[in-house]
Amino acid sequence: MLDTQPEEGYVTADGRKIGGVAMEMKNITLRFGGVVAIKDISFDIRWGEVRAIIGPNGAGKSSMLNVISGFYNPQEGEIIYKGYKRPRMRPYQVARTGIARTFQNIALFEGMSVLDNIMTGRLHHMKANLFQQALWWGKASREEQENREKVEKIIDFLEIQHIRKTPVARLPYGLKKRVELARALAAEPSILLLDEPMAGMNVEEKEDMCRFILDVNDEFGTTTVLIEHDMGVVMDLSDRVVVMDYGKKIGDGTPDEVRNNEEVIKAYLGVAHE
Amino acid sequence: MTVTPEIKLSPEQSSVPALLARNARLHGMQTAYREKEFGIWQSWTWAETQAEVRAMALGFLALGMARGDYVAIIGRNRPALYWAMVAAQSVGAIPVPLYQDAVAEEMAYVLDHCGARFVVCGDQEQVDKVIEVQEKVTCIEEIMYLDKRGMRKYDHSHMNWLEDVMREGRAAETRFAKELETRLKELTLDHTCVMLYTSGTTGKPKGVVLSNRNIIVTSKNSSEFDHLKPGDEILAYLPMAWVGDFIFAIGQAYWTGFCVNCPESAQTMMTDLREIGPTYYFAPPRIFENMLTTVMIRMEDASPFKRRMFHHFMDFARDVGPKLLDGKDVGLGARLKYALGNLLVYGPLKDTLGLRRIRVAYTAGEAIGPEIFDFYRSLGINLKQLYGQTEASVFITQQPDGEVRSDTVGVPSPGVEVRIAESGEVFYRSPGTFESYYKNPESTASTKDPEGWVATGDAGFFEEGSGHLRIIDRAKDVGKMADGSMFAPKYVENKLKFFPNILESVVFGNNRDRCVAFINIDLNAVGSWAERNNIAYSSYQELAGLKPVLDTIQEHVETVNESVAQDEMLAGCQIHRFLVLHKELDADDGEMTRTRKVRRRIVEEKFADLIDALYGGKDSIYTETEVTYEDGRKGKLKATLEIRDAKVFGSAQRMAAE
Repeated sequence: MLDTQPEEGYVTADGRKIGGVAMEMKNITLRFGGVVAIKDISFDIRWGEVRAIIGPNGAGKSSMLNVISGFYNPQEGEIIYKGYKRPRMRPYQVARTGIARTFQNIALFEGMSVLDNIMTGRLHHMKANLFQQALWWGKASREEQENREKVEKIIDFLEIQHIRKTPVARLPYGLKKRVELARALAAEPSILLLDEPMAGMNVEEKEDMCRFILDVNDEFGTTTVLIEHDMGVVMDLSDRVVVMDYGKKIGDGTPDEVRNNEEVIKAYLGVAHE
Repeated sequence: MTVTPEIKLSPEQSSVPALLARNARLHGMQTAYREKEFGIWQSWTWAETQAEVRAMALGFLALGMARGDYVAIIGRNRPALYWAMVAAQSVGAIPVPLYQDAVAEEMAYVLDHCGARFVVCGDQEQVDKVIEVQEKVTCIEEIMYLDKRGMRKYDHSHMNWLEDVMREGRAAETRFAKELETRLKELTLDHTCVMLYTSGTTGKPKGVVLSNRNIIVTSKNSSEFDHLKPGDEILAYLPMAWVGDFIFAIGQAYWTGFCVNCPESAQTMMTDLREIGPTYYFAPPRIFENMLTTVMIRMEDASPFKRRMFHHFMDFARDVGPKLLDGKDVGLGARLKYALGNLLVYGPLKDTLGLRRIRVAYTAGEAIGPEIFDFYRSLGINLKQLYGQTEASVFITQQPDGEVRSDTVGVPSPGVEVRIAESGEVFYRSPGTFESYYKNPESTASTKDPEGWVATGDAGFFEEGSGHLRIIDRAKDVGKMADGSMFAPKYVENKLKFFPNILESVVFGNNRDRCVAFINIDLNAVGSWAERNNIAYSSYQELAGLKPVLDTIQEHVETVNESVAQDEMLAGCQIHRFLVLHKELDADDGEMTRTRKVRRRIVEEKFADLIDALYGGKDSIYTETEVTYEDGRKGKLKATLEIRDAKVFGSAQRMAAE
């Protein structure tokens, strides 16, 4: 629709390299019984960009994210990922293809320490068997050291050293969100999905989170797809925005393009639907 | 007083880089630096440190650093930043460490004043500030930074990652080795070692020039005074721009060859302290206060049995602990009981605080509450006081082992002469006495007389008998009440601050008929109290305005009045009225210095409306105050404050009644 980006990669104004298409949604339709959550939506995600999905409540944003993460399988349409059509997969299989996510309502292991929680994000990178793990022998100890090092770099990056050993249950909300981001990053994902990373935060926490999302994208070149309510945040953060309303795509393009799109303005100003 | 004989130092003791070379030779395999990074303590031996510093110095040469250049260092305590200071000295440049939490405009003044050509920053945050400053300050030619994060997109034509500088230095070994050798050989005791900016309770910061002689002789004397040795451990966590950090983490560390440990981040300081277990430790009273408050809060939550055991043994220790520490006679029974207490309470407690291995601990900068001081002494921690200032390379007086008290600051440090002027002001002369204030001959002349005596600006006296110095107050703050009696605000403020609930207080009354006070509550202590009593609050401001809080503060004020009334000379300083401020005094708003000392005049100007209200007899006052947030934005705080009358005692009461 409004997609004016060049076919192959380009460089943004602030010097980040955006690559070709990483994932393409083709005519996705998702139904729950008679309810159509997503109606014939197509868009793409490019390597290295921050892609936002926005829309009013009930627009189908989270459903879209769940389709990408493999939690829902759409009835119609196909997903082209890394050049191949993605077959029906279980969520854990999707995770192994390099897609990590955070959740709208934090899903951490509350009784475990921050460090252990983040270590769980490395699960796919550990190959030692049960016996080796139990005795912490051979491959197991070597793997733990390697993975711990990766995790420590992320802890350093997200500035959560001071809560490394704190049980998650004792942390305030904003920090929990950050730990969740850390766990998703620990998986070294190709595509990072963030479900309302800023929900329920105060201004300061939001600013911190924005900075971290940008830093992650900048430092690791992680392709990021995020859902967000806060329009201001989205416009500042993202390279391209998909706007959804009532399960339909009503806009797609750079923040400026989207901001001036009639339909988007209507949806956000609450014009009555026929 | 006798003039101390000139101390002879060999060439290998004549500069910090020379000391580094000596340490690398003598204790090459011993640990010189540790830093916690990625969850692990990384360490460097003296030999490795020398290699790193050398690489950095060569890199600086490659960037064109000249003799006498000023090199600003901004960041938290990290080994590489300490090395940057020594590397700068190695090429004949002068390091100028700055306060990392300073806002851009404060930084601009200092950078411009010293004409820094090079700036070494800790991370992106500092680089951003320097870039902002560069709009006005044109002297900065090269920026270096230590932490690469977020720096990729910056224009690097005049910017370098410190690691790259060192790599370039190593590559340029053959090219610059000879030049570096020459520059190292040139260094003498008379060369400037470091320039430190005083935080300045009044006016603009002043650049204090300290020579190698100042630093090295002072470090030698003070290290010998406390028998510091290689193998000692310190935790470097206080601002690098503060003279104490320079003396402890560079002067004494290089002189004796002990190990400097850098925490992972400011928030992990207490955990890191515990993991390292330093043997030599310095902290301002505030930190000791906070530690004690935390202990007390946690004991309130402990089980009744543990709580009783804690209080029983602590009461006992208060009596016996200090005596044991001072080597006085203690009976066998008491010794045994203390040993049992050590097993059950003192030992575990010291372990939790990270103070188990302390041989010598110092506190200075502000008066410390006797209860707080005694608490640590009774645990068997050799906590002592010293008195010093930047201009003296820290040490003026300090307490020898066995003569430690909370109300004195000790005897003159080795090599230091102290005299009291007729006005009551304390003067000193020492090998550590600064060379001059940079580009400020008037201030140099007014502070340091031709014979080398320096005015401290503090009023004090030597105690009869013990010969210990006691400090009353800043000389310029001591004033007169309207009736002619002495007004010493600090004396009263300190008494107030000794209550855990009171974080800060400012007493006014110069040339007035009675005293009034501003009070800041301690959010930790009062917050925890509110929590235990199911009192809801959402902000500092709200908590500070609650009636029960004001009642408690009023009790504290009245207790202080009662004790002030005991003192004939100062009875007039009792507080008649007070209010609890709606914001914490903050260095970002200019109300405090970066070392957290109240700037009385600024507070007086800023809150003039509140002072008028206190003297005006109103019950409450509406006020608006501008505040600066951490990112430099400004906002307004609005509040209606309640003003309370406090009971006064003795003669002051009669006077007020008249």
